[in-house]
Amino acid sequence: MIPASFTYKRAASVDEALDLAAEYGEDAKYLAGGHSLLPLMKLRLAAPEVIIDLGELHDLSFVADLGSRLAIGALTRHHDVEHSELLTRELPLLAHAAGQVGDPQVRHRGTIGGSVAHADPASDLPAVLLALDATVVARGTDGSREIPIGEFFQGLFETVLEPDELLTEIRVPKPAAGSRGWSFQKFTQRAIDWAIVGVAVQGGAVALINMAGTPLRAAAAEAALAGGAPPDGAAAHAAEGTSAASDIRASREYREHLARVLVSRALTEAASRT
Amino acid sequence: MSIMGTRVIRTEDPRLLTKGGVYVDDLRTPELDQAARLTFVRSPFAHARIKGIDASEALSAPGVVAVLTVRDMDDLGPPPPPGDEGSEAAPMPLGGAWAEPLLAVDTVRFVGEPVAVVITDGHYQGEEAADLVNVDYDPLPAVVGLGSALTDETLLFPDAATNVALTNPVPTDDTAFDACEVIVERDIVNQRVACVPMEGRATAAVYSDGKLTVWLSSQNAQISRFILAGALGMPPDQIRVIVPDVGGGFGAKVGIDRDGLIVAWAARKTGRALRWTETRSENLVGMTQGRAQLQHIKIGGNRDGRILAYRLEAIQDTGAYPRMSGFLPFMTFLMAPGVYDIPEVQAGYRVVVTNATPISAYRGAGRPEATAAIERAVDLFAAEIGMDPAEVRRRNFVAPDRFPFQTKTGAMYDTGRYEEALDKALAAAGYDELRQEQERRRAAGGVTQLGIGVSAYVEITAGDGGDETAKLIVNDDGSATVYTGSSPHGQGHATAWAMLVQDELGIPMDQVTVLHGDTDLIPIAVGTFASRSLQLGGSAVHKAAIEVKDEARHGAAEMLEAAEADVVLDTSTGVWQVRGDPDTALSWGQVAGHASGGSLVADVSFRQDRPTFPFGAHVSVVEVDTETGQVRMLRHVTVDDAGRVLNPVLTEGQRHGGIAQGAAQALLEEVLYDVDGNPQTSTLADYAAISAPDLPSFELVDSQTPTTLNPLGAKGIGEAGTIGSTPAIQNAVIDAVSHLGIRHIDMPATPQRVWMAINAAQKARAEKGSDQ
Amino acid sequence: MKVDLTVNGKEITADVEDRMLLVHFLRDVADLTATNIGCDTTSCGACTVLFDGESVKSCTVLAAQASGHEITTVEGLASNGVMHPVQRAFHEQHGLQCGFCTPGMVMAIVSLLRENPHPTEEQVRAGLEGNLCRCTGYHNIVRAALAAAEVSS
Repeated sequence: MIPASFTYKRAASVDEALDLAAEYGEDAKYLAGGHSLLPLMKLRLAAPEVIIDLGELHDLSFVADLGSRLAIGALTRHHDVEHSELLTRELPLLAHAAGQVGDPQVRHRGTIGGSVAHADPASDLPAVLLALDATVVARGTDGSREIPIGEFFQGLFETVLEPDELLTEIRVPKPAAGSRGWSFQKFTQRAIDWAIVGVAVQGGAVALINMAGTPLRAAAAEAALAGGAPPDGAAAHAAEGTSAASDIRASREYREHLARVLVSRALTEAASRT
Repeated sequence: MSIMGTRVIRTEDPRLLTKGGVYVDDLRTPELDQAARLTFVRSPFAHARIKGIDASEALSAPGVVAVLTVRDMDDLGPPPPPGDEGSEAAPMPLGGAWAEPLLAVDTVRFVGEPVAVVITDGHYQGEEAADLVNVDYDPLPAVVGLGSALTDETLLFPDAATNVALTNPVPTDDTAFDACEVIVERDIVNQRVACVPMEGRATAAVYSDGKLTVWLSSQNAQISRFILAGALGMPPDQIRVIVPDVGGGFGAKVGIDRDGLIVAWAARKTGRALRWTETRSENLVGMTQGRAQLQHIKIGGNRDGRILAYRLEAIQDTGAYPRMSGFLPFMTFLMAPGVYDIPEVQAGYRVVVTNATPISAYRGAGRPEATAAIERAVDLFAAEIGMDPAEVRRRNFVAPDRFPFQTKTGAMYDTGRYEEALDKALAAAGYDELRQEQERRRAAGGVTQLGIGVSAYVEITAGDGGDETAKLIVNDDGSATVYTGSSPHGQGHATAWAMLVQDELGIPMDQVTVLHGDTDLIPIAVGTFASRSLQLGGSAVHKAAIEVKDEARHGAAEMLEAAEADVVLDTSTGVWQVRGDPDTALSWGQVAGHASGGSLVADVSFRQDRPTFPFGAHVSVVEVDTETGQVRMLRHVTVDDAGRVLNPVLTEGQRHGGIAQGAAQALLEEVLYDVDGNPQTSTLADYAAISAPDLPSFELVDSQTPTTLNPLGAKGIGEAGTIGSTPAIQNAVIDAVSHLGIRHIDMPATPQRVWMAINAAQKARAEKGSDQ
Repeated sequence: MKVDLTVNGKEITADVEDRMLLVHFLRDVADLTATNIGCDTTSCGACTVLFDGESVKSCTVLAAQASGHEITTVEGLASNGVMHPVQRAFHEQHGLQCGFCTPGMVMAIVSLLRENPHPTEEQVRAGLEGNLCRCTGYHNIVRAALAAAEVSS
């Protein structure tokens, strides 16, 4: 299986990428690592007329310490996030979760920015970044803007990014003392599969993978936890406000059950890490 | 020292590891230089009438050479469809009202059925052109699942007036059950699974000067040639089938199927060299699938553990066309009683069509279904009487002094030591310690519980009895060439056959070339299925070597002017001489050079009178997360006794692969359809093929009980691992949660299914509690 | 479009369709057919090659993306006719049967051992999550990876 025909453009700079996007508008798609987009194109579920390859924008691949925040370039590969010493020290949740994405080959190509911009609710890193209260930096021809990640995801594969905008960077606040405990629980049938349900916990923040059309925070569980409930007590509320789908791997009921079990385990593990 | 039974690493590997194999799609032979690509237009509907096909748009697309439909098949007679005639007990395929066309005529009966083909110059043009073929379908109600099929409300073949293609009725005499203290009865699902050889189907074909050459990813070049001849109305000697490297078969590549025949026909029709290599998405709907039985079991016995009666009724979902209609459930029927000496055994089956991918052989082909049923039944019986499942097995085995043993279903087991196999497996597993650990965990009440599952099995290999060919030539340079009728696709025939030659003739393995899979070189042969290769094909090589040796002895005696009885071969050096006189030494090259034509030749066929019956026992240890239902395999210990072992490296490899495929059925894999008959598992993202992290390393215990039916003492090992592992693992999963009141969980034991069982058991207990 | 790749140390320039997948470039343009295609969904890993020294699935990379980069296939692994330690370990441990998944498996393990020269069995299994084999049950593939790690130490 092969993608439908398209025109390939390789951007040599962010400005060139933005110019190309402006030129081709809705017909164009950015290609980072390509491990979300190319599989869809091969199955003909996506057929952009123009591909703007960001692969050579090496200046968007970085991890930087900004003091109270960390900045991660959008083209930083999962493999590099996983092995970044800075992230392993400051954001172990993110480094660990990046090592759980796909398989080693996928992690050698896939990027954090691509994963976030693709906005697949079954994907690991969007929920992790949600638990971390990250901010997405988008650059357009008129300059950059910061978008809180809680406002970024609009629906299945939908974000607030404008067609002429490029996700360039993700900024993550360093967890405060007392919120350093973390846990990542990815429940799959096989290791390579997408999460049936996943849970990311940082301090008192709890985010869910594959429990709705977007990654979401388990607000009721967080509130219960803030109110002093123990892990299993808080986790009893984990499925509230979710709208999980039923598919061949799991019914909605089973997903809701898993969300409760995994949140309980995640909160327990996080508490052990503070 | 004989090389037989020693650990010889494969001669095939250096090429595969450094250059890669040459599979059909890798062929760069000049005849295929200008080959066009063939792309199938496949039905998107499970069941529909075809009102019309408009190819005009496709024909005007770039690179399109031709679009062919059934209307272009005016050069073919009415279908004798693919397959051979089978036996009276297992007719296949049925033909008549059930006939399967090549390209669909006016009805499609499964998603993926070939409707038309598009031929394009370029590789990348086919997919788009195929999308432009406009087929006007009128959807019909789809028959999805056996329940819906058995109502006969919608018929796949109206002329047949039923969806039941074949019936072998199960006796319903309950007398033996009436005498039992305990009876357990239930339905068991042996789910539909996909074969998933890593190389899918692939065919290339060239027709020129009245001769057809077909390159095929197949387990049998020679059978394929006769199927091609029948389907295309050509004399077999005008057809050459070449089987290059094959990337796995597992039963689904026996012969040539409908899609391959269409490629060959299209090459003849268009006069163009053609290539077709299916995508995985095609493979998961178009290649035959396996298992797919709904079984009803009834087992009865006494509280002392003695089983007195067993009944198995199988309903075989055969998919849209009854290709192997009778064969698969017949094997299930034949092997129904397994390793047990049960006084009353009743078995029967029905074969039912549904709007799904056709079912055919898949590693084990009817025997895993039999073993799964009886091994589940024995565990259910053991649970009912509260006896250890291993102990129940011990009390019912066919005793070692009963062989050859005639079963109630008509099989004649050749040799077996069933209790010994189980005891070896239990000892290697540390069964008693495992049970103690299980007790500890249960008492502690933790989330993760331990399950221990046991299976004991016997299976049938070379089930056709049957024969196989071998030609052995010793050349005047001292090298040897073997032409084998067997057809390797990973088993290591080249290594094994060279070992046989070295062992018998003393010609070193690296001087032995093994050729296979080309009907011009080897016109008559059967090929590889039913774990038949070593016992038939290997025995044929052995027989050819003995004939060559006799001929050589005759020649050497002539050359040395000695009596034949005084001429000896030193098989450690490959030197002929007069006994005790090293000065008379002759090499194989010298002896071969002396023969007429400058070589020694033996062209033989080996026939084995009856099938052989490998056996063994598996112990599976799993952990079940009782909160999520997730199962983790911790250990898998096996005794797989397939007679004398030629090369442990190869037999262990066969066992490993078999265990993994059996585990896949127990835990992960299942072909799913929605209510309209649309496949839900048509990619490897959706179909949960088992992967490395899902499995532990396996613990293999050696056991060799030779058969007397062939000179090598060998039985087949290709399918044993699969047959033994599935029920052991399924039993282990159920055992892990049996203390919660669970007696059965259908396969695959996915997390959701296990959780549902636990959930239901907890609810049942809660209700019971509240009643009191 | 014109692409320029270094494959197994050799520069290959060709004019290809923009949409050409790297795996088809290797098989049809570079005529290196060891790298196989086993699925459509980036699931099976049969097409695994090294991209600038790291394992990738060449069915999910465009030839255009690889332009200017170095690709290594299993054909480029042996040097001067001597098999790479991973190839040798596959041979000695019977890590292959039909051979179809093998080139991808070998390349995945070469990459794995570069990143983690002394993996545990569990790490090897986890590292092979993206490579399917239907013949070996993975048992001897895992043995081969561990043996190759042992040899290189």
